[in-house]
Amino acid sequence: MPVEIDIAHVAKLARLDLSPDEMEGYRSQLSVILDHAARVQSLEGEPEPDVTHPLGMVNAFRADEIKSSLDRDEVLAASPESRDGYFVVPPALES
Amino acid sequence: MATLSIVGAARAMRDGTLTASTLLRSVLQKASETEAQVHAYLNIDRTGAEEAAAQADADFADGIDRGPLQGIPVAIKDNMVTRGLETTAASQILAGYVPPYDATVVTRLREAGAVLVGKTNLDEFAMGSSTENSAYGTSYNPWDITRVPGGSSGGSAAAVSVGSALVGLGSDTGGSIRQPASLCGVVGMKPTYGTVSRYGLIAFASSLDQIGPLTKTVEDSALTLSVLWGHDPLDATSFRGDYPDPTAGLGRGVDGLRIGVVRELQGEGYEPDVESSVAQMVDKLSEAGAEVVEQSLPSFDIALSAYYLIAPAEASANLARFDGIRYGHRAPGDTTESMMSRSRAEGFGPEVTRRILLGTYALSAGYYDAFYGQAQRVRSAIRADFARAYADVDVLVSPTSPTVAFEAGARTQDPLAMYLSDICTIPCNLSGDPAISVPLGLDRNGLPIGFQVMAPALGEPIMYQVAAVVEQLAGFDASPELAMVAS
Repeated sequence: MPVEIDIAHVAKLARLDLSPDEMEGYRSQLSVILDHAARVQSLEGEPEPDVTHPLGMVNAFRADEIKSSLDRDEVLAASPESRDGYFVVPPALES
Repeated sequence: MATLSIVGAARAMRDGTLTASTLLRSVLQKASETEAQVHAYLNIDRTGAEEAAAQADADFADGIDRGPLQGIPVAIKDNMVTRGLETTAASQILAGYVPPYDATVVTRLREAGAVLVGKTNLDEFAMGSSTENSAYGTSYNPWDITRVPGGSSGGSAAAVSVGSALVGLGSDTGGSIRQPASLCGVVGMKPTYGTVSRYGLIAFASSLDQIGPLTKTVEDSALTLSVLWGHDPLDATSFRGDYPDPTAGLGRGVDGLRIGVVRELQGEGYEPDVESSVAQMVDKLSEAGAEVVEQSLPSFDIALSAYYLIAPAEASANLARFDGIRYGHRAPGDTTESMMSRSRAEGFGPEVTRRILLGTYALSAGYYDAFYGQAQRVRSAIRADFARAYADVDVLVSPTSPTVAFEAGARTQDPLAMYLSDICTIPCNLSGDPAISVPLGLDRNGLPIGFQVMAPALGEPIMYQVAAVVEQLAGFDASPELAMVAS
């Protein structure tokens, strides 16, 4: 059974500005891949989903000590635009 | 010299018959002879490497010995950050990114006196099985330059294969160390999940990713792992506990060990030369004293399906950080959101875009239970199958890849065919267990075949014990002849 995909919705969720042609290409490829992936539904029984660390590690806590972090100017130097110690972005809301 | 093993080079440097600087020169010479055809590297740091080699020589002269990797030329897959040295993960979205810090594995190598030669090519963000998804051009297989080296750590595998590094670091999410090692005729090993720090590894799928070594020999692999692994407070998944000695089982043979051949990793889709070569090795292991039995792990039949839901789901979350704000490519946009969406669409290549969409879909409302939730159930079944098998046998064996190296371009238009390259390697990522690929020999066309040895979590010593016997029984010591090199 072919898997139905609202590709425009998925692309919007993923923050990917794709053209209609690109979306159609991905939609048909994803349909084939998901058709294969749907084989997971053939698993017999219903084991609990396993999301544990293979070596049984649980939360890793550290002492609440102040340590030096990465140099701010060095970090900002990698950004496309920064000013006065801040990242600069276009307006978050449409005016 | 560039064909030396780590062990051989380390001995020669301590005998005084070889210096780190001479070794580096020979490795760089090898790179200059082969890079035009193989393209293993994205970036060679000649100056940094020469300084590190000089420092290693000064340390030797002063009687300072930092262990087996001192003075050894190392190649680093370009999804591990290196302070001051461009790191792109082979993506346009990170073009020009110069990290302000080192990954923990890089720090460990530097402290061990290793010489970092440069950054190797990969499939963009380690997503692929051929390096053809690199934004900076594909790498080629040294055994036949019309074929792929495998992936995603194809650059590191090719570099070790031709001798433009003595050891390469790779990362393995679904087979990205072992599969290229198999296709390039070198040893590639994925350690137990959580034993090698992932701090500074650009994340793909965090419940699956592990860093490991690609080397010429099994002993080199074990020695490199002993330097790489250990607890790191900077990685929250890092194992806090006792780490075994990876070299503890070397030389002990296989007499009395029980070896399981995985029934599900043979048959349809496996090339005849791969199957016969693996079967011959199994017979030899039996003759060497191992007790060989067949083991059935039925969930392996749907492991690939589960992987292609879990890995893209995690990737879609991990790659949300590439938003045009803190680093990398930024497209123009009137609002933050339009800037982000355009930056991401322009910066990511097709396979990365495909996996982000796939993962976003698998996690989205209405589909989560049927896809992602069910995939996690399959993961439970796979772990249960492994537990059942390891209650009976010491290690499991299989081919590393169902095929030898394929022609460049052969699978680029068929994502599913490309994904099938990883069918033998994916189960150990889903379980978190260690596994290694050891070269067996060449097929009828002169292309390498790899043999996979899998072991339970923290079973690296017995995995290496068996791998060393496989290496010895195979007696594979050929090197690729890039005879067509102009010089």
